[in-house]
Amino acid sequence: MNDATCHKSDAKIVKDTHEVDPATGDEQQFTIEGASCASCVTRIETAIRQVSGVSSAEMNFAQGTATVSGTAADAAIIAAVEKAGYSAKPSTSESDNDALEEKEKTELVYYKRLMREMTIALALGIPLMLYSLFAGEMTVSTNSERLAWLIVGLLTLGVMVFSGKHFYVGAWRSFRNHSANMDTLIALGTGTAWLYSMIVVFVPDLVPDMARHVYFEATAMIIGLINLGLALELKARGRTSEAIKRLIGLQAKTARVSRNGQELDIAIEEVLVDDIVRARPGEKIPVDGQVVEGHTSIDESMLTGEPMPVEKVVGDEVVTGTLNKTGSILFRATRVGKDTALAQIINMVKRAQNSKPPIGRMADIISGYFVPIVMIVAVVSALAWLNFGPEPALAFAIVSATTVLIIACPCALGLATPMSVMVGVGKAAEAGVLIRNGEALQTASKITAMILDKTGTITLGAPKVTDVILAGSDSEDSVLQMAASLESGSEHPLAMAIVESALERGLKQEKVSNFGAIAGHGVEAQLGDKHLLFGNEKLMEERGISIESVRDRAQTLAAEAKTPMYFAVNGSLAAVIAVADPIKEDSIVAIKRLQNSGIRVVMLTGDNRATAQAVADKVGIKEYFAEVLPEEKSNKVAELQMQGEIVGMTGDGINDAPALAMANVGFAIGTGTDVAIESADITLMRGSLHGLADAIAVSRATLRNIKQNLFGAFIYNVAGVPFAAGVLYPFFGLLLSPVIAGAAMAFSSLTVVTNANRLRFFKAQEH
Amino acid sequence: MLFTNLAGVALIALIVWWFWLYKPGEDAMNDSSSIIIVESGTYQPSHIRLPAGQPAELSFMRKDASPCSEIVQIPELEISESLPLNKTMTIHIPPMKKGEYEFHCQMQMYRGVIHVE
Repeated sequence: MNDATCHKSDAKIVKDTHEVDPATGDEQQFTIEGASCASCVTRIETAIRQVSGVSSAEMNFAQGTATVSGTAADAAIIAAVEKAGYSAKPSTSESDNDALEEKEKTELVYYKRLMREMTIALALGIPLMLYSLFAGEMTVSTNSERLAWLIVGLLTLGVMVFSGKHFYVGAWRSFRNHSANMDTLIALGTGTAWLYSMIVVFVPDLVPDMARHVYFEATAMIIGLINLGLALELKARGRTSEAIKRLIGLQAKTARVSRNGQELDIAIEEVLVDDIVRARPGEKIPVDGQVVEGHTSIDESMLTGEPMPVEKVVGDEVVTGTLNKTGSILFRATRVGKDTALAQIINMVKRAQNSKPPIGRMADIISGYFVPIVMIVAVVSALAWLNFGPEPALAFAIVSATTVLIIACPCALGLATPMSVMVGVGKAAEAGVLIRNGEALQTASKITAMILDKTGTITLGAPKVTDVILAGSDSEDSVLQMAASLESGSEHPLAMAIVESALERGLKQEKVSNFGAIAGHGVEAQLGDKHLLFGNEKLMEERGISIESVRDRAQTLAAEAKTPMYFAVNGSLAAVIAVADPIKEDSIVAIKRLQNSGIRVVMLTGDNRATAQAVADKVGIKEYFAEVLPEEKSNKVAELQMQGEIVGMTGDGINDAPALAMANVGFAIGTGTDVAIESADITLMRGSLHGLADAIAVSRATLRNIKQNLFGAFIYNVAGVPFAAGVLYPFFGLLLSPVIAGAAMAFSSLTVVTNANRLRFFKAQEH
Repeated sequence: MLFTNLAGVALIALIVWWFWLYKPGEDAMNDSSSIIIVESGTYQPSHIRLPAGQPAELSFMRKDASPCSEIVQIPELEISESLPLNKTMTIHIPPMKKGEYEFHCQMQMYRGVIHVE
């Protein structure tokens, strides 16, 4: 029976505890306890299926898990299982924690095993090597020598079985699969050395006198050193995932929830949407929610990289994993389990860490052919020694073939890219920068021009009315009241500023009719017998409304980085309302950082030229596109791309989606931890533009690291393999020992991982 | 010596044929409901046949503690997943066009192919 059929029988009931595709989000896994016999399965499945909203339920008895699809609430399913006499708990982000612990546990076991195997192998290998170095040649000429070496050979076989079994089993399995890997090389190399030595011991007559040399020390040492290399690599690899461990660690284990008028500490998996949760000072926010009582300041730095605590009052959102600093609050849970922002961030970082940037593709292609090529080189090298080598040619042939097989390290080549991506993406996440995948990381490192949307990116995106200049007979209040009534239907940030300003003055909005938005220009509506028109200069020109009387003053306002908007009633100008959007505190410094790193920074805005010029001057940007309609934003991106630039576009991710998609890298500048921004390649969780400069700096550092790794791994193999084959022998009489090759191989991949780990200490300079 | 050289050339030919030219026939898995075992440097089975134009699920069971086996990637589908040890991990595969899709570990030492027909 082949593998195609042998697992079929149990395939149906086996489902995973960690679903991977967010598209199947309606599937939920539960851990079932108390199911002691196979008949419990039917009982539990039936109980779950009877819950309304459940479309299917499958239990896996072996794993003690149940997979449920449908729209039923977790609590209803748990209740049904409990009613049937068992207990259930949903697998949520808690399982991230469990999975992590389990992973660390199994890795520790594996590490100990490797170290044990290494010790045994080196316990034989080191004395043998010392003997060969100091006591003389390991040759076979007398019968007593034969006997002694036979015993050593059998001991070496013991080492091969105990310490190197995994290499041989792996090599054999991949051989049967018509593939070859690192195990193949090690198994062939050590196997050849051992087999040749045993032939020398058993039938020395087959081998010329001078070639009667044994290489048991090489076999034992290579197995020992490679196990040591693997063990150290395992430890080093653990450090590459520190960032994700830290994120997983942010999840609280319990939450204090109000149930039936009482506050109870319950396990995090049991918290339901709409539960009222209490967070006291010094406690982590256990699930996402909205404050319903109290006020506090919350440290969100662990997620957003924003060092200042954020004030939270009733109605504000709080995010899982952030730290409540000062006040005690009650909040209503809005997202729990896998849906929380933290769980999504963890998911996104994990995916990005596993993805590969295009730069790694070449190494992948090489890796695909690498092992068979090395095997061919080993054969060619042996033939060359046999044909042209000095005596003992056979011994030289065996040594060179073994050394070629052992020194070649496909691992270093294969590890070069993923290890750096792992650390780099994690490092970015620590700074509140979420990178979607390896490709985004690589492209970000090559950006030559960065377009910054003005509103909400350079500025706070919360404009305020600063001036009202009257041009007709209406009073200031009357103008603001009419303008606010008109704008109440608009979602434009400038409109909201006017509505807010009217509210502050206690002006009541009135209902308008025939509201219409003129995209990129303004809005109009009817209020009683008055026709209201509000918009920019272009709109006024189009409608033939003269603005001459206020033109100079409007220009002055624009020069002060304010946006003058024109308000007309029944076809004549009533007022100019100026709105200004304050520039974010650190925009100037962050823009300087971008410029210092050689990036051409360009500002994009729908505002008029004068306002754009004023803002650009303030923040030190020399180039800008003004009066750009929303649909034209992506054209501007294309325009820069036509000039040969690799363009990054930064916007809020919602209004700028087409431009973000058009850019080589789209950056969505988040407000807090809203990570559901699909159009962005890179999401900046804090509002500061420093996040952008950090993203560029981290991506550049990561790509530099990948290049070092790839270069090192490539040169190592390109130089090492011919050296091992003996190309230097005719000129300098140099031939590499297989033991040295084993050490070099073991430590080449360790070097790659260690170099990647250097990225952990990368720190972006905020100046 | 001639014999040795001929044997060497034959060995090279054998390597080329075995690892590159050989096309697997019968050992492919014909539906996606079985489990792919990840162990000792290999995916078993390593050749999977799937019908074109239909979504599918592939289940992986990793029995190998070596960190090399942890991640499985299907580059053409932009899939990259960590496999927990001794647990089944189901990966959802979107409908695919006819062709061959490789899946492998990060270092391409564990390799397999999905044949979409």
